[in-house]
Amino acid sequence: MDDVIVNSLRNGPDGRGRFGEFGGRYVAETLMPLILELEAAYEAAKADPSFQAELDYYLKHYVGRPSALWFAERLTQHLGGAKIYFKREELNHTGAHKINNCIGQILLARRMGKTRIIAETGAGQHGVATATVCALFGLPCTIYMGAVDVERQKPNVFRMKLLGAEVVPVSSGAATLKDAMNDAMRDWVANVQDTFYIIGTVAGPHPYPAMVRDFQCIIGEEAKAQLFEAEGRLPDVAIAAVGGGSNAMGLFHPFLDEPSVKLIGVEAAGHGLDTDQHAASLNRGRPGVLHGNRTYLLQDDDGQIIEAHSISAGLDYPGIGPEHSWLFDIGRAEYVGITDAEALAAFQLCTRTEGIIPALESAHAIAHIVKIAGGMDKDKIILLNLSGRGDKDIPSVAKYLGADL
Amino acid sequence: MSRIAGVFAGLKASGHAALIPFVEAFDPDRATSLVLLHGMAENGADIIEIGMPFTDPMADGPTIQAAGRRGLLAGACLEGVLGLVSEFRSTNDRTPLVLMGYLNPILSYGVEKFCADAAKAGVDGLIVVDLPTEEADLLLPDAAKNEIDVIRLIAPTTSDERLPLVLAGSSGFVYYVSITGITGTRTASASDLARDIPRIRAATDLPIAVGFGVRTPAQAAVVAQYADAAIVASALIETLCRENVAAVLRDVKALSVGICGARQVAA
Repeated sequence: MDDVIVNSLRNGPDGRGRFGEFGGRYVAETLMPLILELEAAYEAAKADPSFQAELDYYLKHYVGRPSALWFAERLTQHLGGAKIYFKREELNHTGAHKINNCIGQILLARRMGKTRIIAETGAGQHGVATATVCALFGLPCTIYMGAVDVERQKPNVFRMKLLGAEVVPVSSGAATLKDAMNDAMRDWVANVQDTFYIIGTVAGPHPYPAMVRDFQCIIGEEAKAQLFEAEGRLPDVAIAAVGGGSNAMGLFHPFLDEPSVKLIGVEAAGHGLDTDQHAASLNRGRPGVLHGNRTYLLQDDDGQIIEAHSISAGLDYPGIGPEHSWLFDIGRAEYVGITDAEALAAFQLCTRTEGIIPALESAHAIAHIVKIAGGMDKDKIILLNLSGRGDKDIPSVAKYLGADL
Repeated sequence: MSRIAGVFAGLKASGHAALIPFVEAFDPDRATSLVLLHGMAENGADIIEIGMPFTDPMADGPTIQAAGRRGLLAGACLEGVLGLVSEFRSTNDRTPLVLMGYLNPILSYGVEKFCADAAKAGVDGLIVVDLPTEEADLLLPDAAKNEIDVIRLIAPTTSDERLPLVLAGSSGFVYYVSITGITGTRTASASDLARDIPRIRAATDLPIAVGFGVRTPAQAAVVAQYADAAIVASALIETLCRENVAAVLRDVKALSVGICGARQVAA
C-alpha cells in the first residue's frame, strides 16, 4: 500500500524540502546545521521499526488511538442531505489532534539526546499537548504564547502550568501565534545544543512540514479504514479547518491520490474575507517567506506581514503550511472561508444536535458543512475532522454570546 | 575594486581593523537616519550597515526588533531605504553601505528589480538573514549581475565541513555571528574568538567581520585583535533611544579609537 506510486501527490517534498515552489529552508545560518541534523535524525527514525513500534505504543495506550468515527445522525437529519461523519480527534488525550505530533516529536527528541523542549502555541492546544508529553517524559518545557492568546485561552494556560511548563507571554507584534513562533525560534537559536523545538503545525523550515504531516496522517488513515468498514467506500468530501493546517493535512494526505474525494480546507474569514480582519492566507494572501518556508502569507504591498484575525486563536495565523499552498495552486484541494459569526452558529448547532462541544477551529469546518450538506444527495458522504473539543473556548464563546460566567 | 574591497585593502596596509556601525533605517525617522549615516562616516565608520525594517525579524533581539517597529511606523519600506542610500551617496561616494534584512520584503519588491535598484542607489553589499546557502540561488545571480556583494553569515554552529559550502558565492566580507543567539544579547570572549576566527580564516581569503554582542570600545578592540572588522548595532540603537544622535556619534568615535588601538594577533 505504501509503495511509491509514480505521479502520486503523496511523494513530496523534494530533496530541498519543497512542494512545488513552496516550502524550503529559509532560516539563519545558526539554525541551518540543526535543521539538517533534525532531517537526518527523522529520516533514520522513520526507517527504524523500533521507532514506529514505540510511537504505536504511545498512540494506543497513552493517546487512546484509534479515535472513533461517529455518524452524526441528528446533524445529518437537520441539514437534510449528505451523511456526515466526524473523525473524533477531540477524544484524544488532551482533547485535540495535536498530541499525535507531540508524541512523535518528543520520541525523536529523546533519540537525539535533547534535554529541553520548546514550543509555540496559539489556542493553547499544542502547548498543552507539548507540556503533557514533557511531563510524561520528565523534560523541562518552555511554551511561547502570544499575550493576547494568554488572555483569551486562560484555561489552557493554567493547564500548561499545572503540567509543569513555563509559559512565556509574547507581547511583540500582535501578540498572537505568529509572534509566539518568532520568539520560539529566537529561543532555539540561543539554545542550540540541548533544545528541541516541537513545531505544532505543518509549517516552518523543512523537515517540519513533512514530519508533522507524517505524524498526523494517522487521522486520515484511520478514518479511511473506519469509513470503509461503516460504508464500504470512500467519502465524497473530506473537510477540515486550516490555520497552519496540521489537522487538515493529517486528514487529506491519505486521500490525495483518490480523485473522487473532494478535499475542502476551511480558512477563518474573521469578520469577512473582504474586510481587513481575517486569517485567510490562501484566499486573500500571496506567496512569500516567513518562519522558514515559502508559502501563502497575509502581507502588504511592501512584503510586511499583516496580522491575522479570527475568533479562534488556533486559526489566527497569517500563513499556512507549504503543502496546502501547493494543493491550492494545483487545485487538488479547495479552500473556503467561514466567518466568526458562522463558526459561532455552527459551534452551537453541533453542541445541540450531537452533544459534542467542538473547538472553535473545528466549528469553522462544521459551518461549511452547514452550507453544503443540504445541497448534496442523501447517499453522499462528508467526512469531517473534528480536530478538538471546545471546553477551552467556553469563556470566549460566553463573552461573544453575552453570557456572564 | 569595489568600495568594500578598497576599504579592507587600505586598512590591511595600515594594520587596522574596520568599524562597521549599524543604523536601522527610519528609526525613529528618515532625517535622523540620514544625519547618522553622514555623522558615522565622519566619526570613524569604515563601512555602514543599514537595517531594512521587517515585521518579523527572527534573528534579532528586543533592541533591533523595537528599532524596526519604529522604522515601520515612520514609513520605512525598501523603496524608502534605497532613497535614503541614494541621498547619502549624493555627497559621499566613499563609505561602503551594506543593507541587512529579511527575505520577504525583497521577494515582494522583486529580486531582480531590487538588485538593480540597489546598485543604482549605491548599495555595496547585502546581508539577507533568512537566506541560507541552501536557498541562495534565489539571490546570487542578480546580485552578481549588479556587482553587489552577498555577505554570508557564519555561525558557531557552522561546522568545518560546512564552511566551504557557506562561503561559496560569498563576497565582500564574511559576517561571523560570534554567539549562538539573537542580536544584542551575549558577547563572545577573547578565547572564543581565538578559537573560532582561525578556522574561518583557514577556509577563506575574505575579510572576517564579527557581530552580535559587540558593544563597547574594549570589546571592539578584542574583536580587532582577531578579526578584520567589528559590527556594532544594538548598543548604538540603545544610545540613540536613551540620548541622541550626538551621543551615538560620540560612541562611534570611541569604538573607532578602541579598534585603532588594537594590534592584530598574527594568524
